[in-house]
Amino acid sequence: MNYFPDEVLEHVFDFVTSSRDRNALSQVCKSWYRIESSSRQKVFIGNCYAISPERVIERFPALKSIALKGKPHFADFNLVPHEWGGFVYPWIEAFARNRVGLEELRLKRMVVSDDSLELLSRSFANFKSLVLVSCEGFTTDGLAAIAANCRCLRELDLQENEVEDHRGHWLSCFHDSHTSLVSLNFACLKGDINLGVLERLVARSPNLRSLRLNRAVPFDTLQKILMQSPNLVDLGVGSYVHDPDSETYDKLVTAIEKCKSVRSLSGFLDVAPHCLPAFHSICPNLTSLNLSYAPGIQGGELTKLIRHCRKLQRLWILDCIGDKGLEVVASTCKDLQELRVFPSDPYIGHAAVTEEGLVAISSGCPKLHSILYFCQQMTNAALITVAKNCPNFIRFRLCILDPTKPDAVTQQPLDEGFGAIVHSCRGLRRLSLTGLLTDQVFLYIGMYAEQLEMLSIAFAGDSDKGMQYVLNGCKRLRKLEIRDSPFGNGALLMDVGKYEAMRSLWMSSCEVTLGGCKTLAKKMPRLNVEIMNENEQTDFIFDDAQKVDKMYLYRTLAGQRKDAPDFVWTL
Amino acid sequence: MSPEIGTHQLESDTAGDMNFKETELTLALPGESRTLKEMNGGTIGTKRGFLETVDLNLGSPRADCSDKDRNESENDVLTAAKPPAAKAQVVGWPPVRDYRKNAMKSCKYVKVAVDGAPYLRKVNLEMYNSYEQLLSALEDMFSCFTIRNYLNERKMVNGVENVPTYEDKDGDWMMLGDVPWKMFVESCKRLRLMKSSEANGLAPRTPSKCSSTSG
Repeated sequence: MNYFPDEVLEHVFDFVTSSRDRNALSQVCKSWYRIESSSRQKVFIGNCYAISPERVIERFPALKSIALKGKPHFADFNLVPHEWGGFVYPWIEAFARNRVGLEELRLKRMVVSDDSLELLSRSFANFKSLVLVSCEGFTTDGLAAIAANCRCLRELDLQENEVEDHRGHWLSCFHDSHTSLVSLNFACLKGDINLGVLERLVARSPNLRSLRLNRAVPFDTLQKILMQSPNLVDLGVGSYVHDPDSETYDKLVTAIEKCKSVRSLSGFLDVAPHCLPAFHSICPNLTSLNLSYAPGIQGGELTKLIRHCRKLQRLWILDCIGDKGLEVVASTCKDLQELRVFPSDPYIGHAAVTEEGLVAISSGCPKLHSILYFCQQMTNAALITVAKNCPNFIRFRLCILDPTKPDAVTQQPLDEGFGAIVHSCRGLRRLSLTGLLTDQVFLYIGMYAEQLEMLSIAFAGDSDKGMQYVLNGCKRLRKLEIRDSPFGNGALLMDVGKYEAMRSLWMSSCEVTLGGCKTLAKKMPRLNVEIMNENEQTDFIFDDAQKVDKMYLYRTLAGQRKDAPDFVWTL
Repeated sequence: MSPEIGTHQLESDTAGDMNFKETELTLALPGESRTLKEMNGGTIGTKRGFLETVDLNLGSPRADCSDKDRNESENDVLTAAKPPAAKAQVVGWPPVRDYRKNAMKSCKYVKVAVDGAPYLRKVNLEMYNSYEQLLSALEDMFSCFTIRNYLNERKMVNGVENVPTYEDKDGDWMMLGDVPWKMFVESCKRLRLMKSSEANGLAPRTPSKCSSTSG
């Protein structure tokens, strides 16, 4: 390849888009590294503390699009203290200062202040796309700045963020001349929206393909919007409560019938189920359906809707669908690839589905490759059957609400069941386990889960051996998160070099001690080993034999971070 | 080895003295309760059971509603394998995002039955802030039906023709209005608009377990 000019190589590299592939390209030789780095436009940073923004900019001068992740996954479940970190401001500030031609920003689990949004909106003339997933720290004032200043904005996608809502004026900040919107998702906002402004915005956005409304958008506005946008591909319904005998309802039915392009449907945050038949005409076209925020759709109405969705590939629902409802899914949705069943009452601790629903799905949907399943109970027999029916799992996440529950029939641990899953699904990349589990299951995981990249463990295992089996066996492991399991220093220190080949390790309420963590930190200078104190007290335990409540370690080229709060101690 | 873990936990939890010890609020650091387990003859490993974590995180279980008290005394003798009243919360369990939990919380759909109506409806109690709002919404919801099926002018005027009642957590049928609104939303499982003629045997208007003040 020495005799190809750089431009040719660059052109060839243009066809290689995934970060992983480009990372691989850059390791072939020095000139490939140079060419690839100077031409890469889309960068993915899985841990915002693994590298400094300056270094990213230096390496990728053509940077246009960046995705950043902040807090560790267990932050989703309140295991990470609130002020831990993950601030995006320094990144935006560095990009602005270095005149990066930023066009796209995608953030997950980061703290985004209104100041950051304001700075973002003023610093990048070609900014086109902002996607915030599970972020916090901003208000609708920040959104107003984005709307007002990002004249080229095509995409504003807010997924499940905690946003302080200062009421609806931010939508009015989109200029009258702003006609480039392609995607607008504000379903997570809790406050009121100026409906007239929304209707006018939709009317002047001919390219709008994805629209997800919040609860404040009522039925009749939905009807007017759909009349304006028959080309929508993705629709999130806000409030859906009306009298089915009204003229508005009839108009909605007409409008929906015209929306022949809709492939993805979600929302129904407030719903009158007897109005659902209006959507039956587009159900046959749907490939994605998310009713996991619609507890008002239950029983007969739910299954009636699903029976119309023969082309579904992705389904997110609540467990109130029940095992019987899952049988309907299994017999209707033969193309199903991804299923998530969430608990409808997470506080009570009782789920409405069991192993029967899972088995039914596995036997009816052979293309299934991703599952997240919250259930009341599980059995080894069921898991073994599922493993046989669906050998193509890439993601398998099972959550039994009582996390140490044994096989519901035999009272045995669920080791054999999960063992069958990892043995059968050779392509498995992500696994979450619950139930009564001994070291044996980890032996199986270490032996068979060759492609495993992410493993989540809770209340499982008997001894260090469990964790050791995993660290020894899973060569592709990138993220390991463990809570309330009896793994200690023996496991932690078994192979310290391994952690540099991984993104991160989280251990909370385990057996590792301060001394063990200190030893690790000393041996591995390119890891940040963060210790977090319970109750966010500032006085740390100085006894090396003391067990550490929360430890989060990650590889990094940026050294110890300077924004860590008092309760985080980097060893 | 493994089956013993399960049964061992049951044993240690039901052994009279240890039961109280383990639910005792201590300021001990994580690991203390494991020592107790070892004292009890447990050599099975130092796994912190889910139950132990539950106990450590329970705080003061007796400070709350009387529901919990009743359940705990009943469970004393039974296997305490289930956390008291199944309401015990372990931090971060089940692994559901707050965002989702909050979204579910603000949906409290209960069935509404009206005497004489062939089908039931459902209302989301969280959508209302007071009894007045709820009752007027119910009037709207059922007025159409009434007009269609009853050719005379009789309207659903609550308090005169129909008595709004609800079934609470204990399974008792109560009259609306006695307890603060929030408490009502918490405890209401279903609603029924009862014909006044039938409404005579209802629970008396005496304040029950948690008297007066805000919910």
